[in-house]
Amino acid sequence: MTRQLALAVAVALAAASPAMSETSPNDVQFDGGAVAQSLTGVPGDPTAGVKVMTTRALGNCVACHLVSALPDVPFPGDIGPALDGAASRYSEAQLRGIITNSKHTFEGSFMPAFYKTEGYIRPGDAYTGKGAAEPLPPILSAQQIEDVLAYVMTLTDE
Amino acid sequence: VAFPALATPVEDTLVIESDDGPVEIVTQTTAPAHLQGALETIYSGWLFRNDETRDLERDDFDNPGMVFVDRGRDTWNAEIGAKGESCASCHGGPESLKGLRAVLPRVDEKTGALMTMENYIDTCLTERMGLESWGWTSTNMSDMLALISMQSRGMPVNVAIDGAAAPYWEQGKEIYYTRFGQLEMACANCHEQYYGHMIRADHLSQGQINGFPVYRLKDSALLSAQKRFVGCVRDTRAETFKPNSPEFKALELYVASRGNGLSVEGVSVRH
Ligand code: HEC
Ligand code: HEC
Ligand code: HEC
Repeated sequence: MTRQLALAVAVALAAASPAMSETSPNDVQFDGGAVAQSLTGVPGDPTAGVKVMTTRALGNCVACHLVSALPDVPFPGDIGPALDGAASRYSEAQLRGIITNSKHTFEGSFMPAFYKTEGYIRPGDAYTGKGAAEPLPPILSAQQIEDVLAYVMTLTDE
Repeated sequence: VAFPALATPVEDTLVIESDDGPVEIVTQTTAPAHLQGALETIYSGWLFRNDETRDLERDDFDNPGMVFVDRGRDTWNAEIGAKGESCASCHGGPESLKGLRAVLPRVDEKTGALMTMENYIDTCLTERMGLESWGWTSTNMSDMLALISMQSRGMPVNVAIDGAAAPYWEQGKEIYYTRFGQLEMACANCHEQYYGHMIRADHLSQGQINGFPVYRLKDSALLSAQKRFVGCVRDTRAETFKPNSPEFKALELYVASRGNGLSVEGVSVRH
């Protein structure tokens, strides 16, 4: 109950003052693909992270990745490697970098950049097919990146 | 970039039962020379669909697309022109257009314009019959595409890419490899780099258009190649091009040429 309340307050705060301690997409510091600093300063929520990873209009990670720990997800894709054990292969900073913009880690990757707002060719308004002016809202918010990261950090090799 | 070539089309062959006897369809063949280094073998999208969907195309009796062919034939014979002309009154039977589907899009010798099947039909409607355009997404247009495409069923796709077609082909190729939209994805990412893989529930094919127009079970409707392109570009969170835009005409020419050697399927069935 108190934990839920604390979370609710944190979410409300994050929503009320998004710019307070958030790193904007253009200010993210990549160090060889890794991003050491939290994008929000607010710890990620792994449950919210799963929601983002399995929702088509959000992260939709399961379109391309299998996660064995999520057996209820129907038809996971096999474009990228399974995310099982990812937290044993990469540090937290590396994973934050991959989820923020994987192209700094994997050159020319097919994996979309989730926290980026400009530099697109014929940018559209989400899935409407209509054009939209840059900067676009990033596909995921800073806190959603941290939430996904919190869940992926639970995927260790044990 | 070294692409993982994990291709998994099914092993199967397609012989279609029709009123005129069996029609053999080439669904897999050596890639045309211009794809050297990119693809070794080209596959029809038919080989990436499940058993039930593939079976619907084996017999015209089961193919839901044949209804549109019949409707197209009625329109072909109807005296709809401003002076009572029908397509038949100038062209005779639709079989007079045998072979045309296999070589389009092409640059028209007389006019020098890049022509899709829709462009030819539209020209006759508006310039020779005194009618309003049917537009690119009407049922009249897809019925007529189905009827005319059927006349070339079983013939190898053989689209010209040199001479007057070359600049359009280059333009289409450029578009094919451009990473559009907020997801930054090119046709080539899905249909050349990762065909055979699953993207969620979808089994990625090579995105060939030898089967078009396609009867799509999901929509219970006929789909033209350029309508399919609209959907694929939209899915990259990009601003789409419009059917009959110069970009999509060039892209259709290029994509058609990637299928040179596969059979025209007439009206195919996909889910
Ligand atoms: C459209 C496809 C696609 C989507 C969607 C996608 N990825 Fe990826 N991802 C890839 C590919 C492909 C790779 C392999 C790197 C490469 O070769 O580009 C990869 C690599 C990774 C890796 C490194 C895995 C390893 O073991 O090396 C992680 C971690 C990862 N992705 C996490 C995610 C998360 C989290 C999401 C959703 C927020 C996501 N991906 C969405 C395609 C995708
Ligand atoms: C008044 C005569 C006339 C009518 C009516 C007519 N056409 Fe045509 N059509 C032509 C002529 C002339 C050409 C050009 C032939 C050429 O350039 O060699 C042509 C060309 C075509 C072509 C391209 C054929 C090729 O081999 O290049 C198609 C396809 C076509 N017509 C379809 C239709 C359809 C469908 C209808 C009815 C909706 C129709 N036409 C009605 C006269 C007509
Ligand atoms: C994000 C992935 C993705 C991208 C990018 C993409 N497509 Fe597709 N495409 C699909 C999926 C999924 C299907 C349905 C399954 C299949 O046939 O591959 C499909 C189907 C097709 C088909 C139908 C094939 C058949 O036999 O029915 C064609 C043609 C096609 N795509 C062309 C294109 C072209 C041209 C582009 C670029 C403008 C493109 N696609 C970009 C995912 C994509």
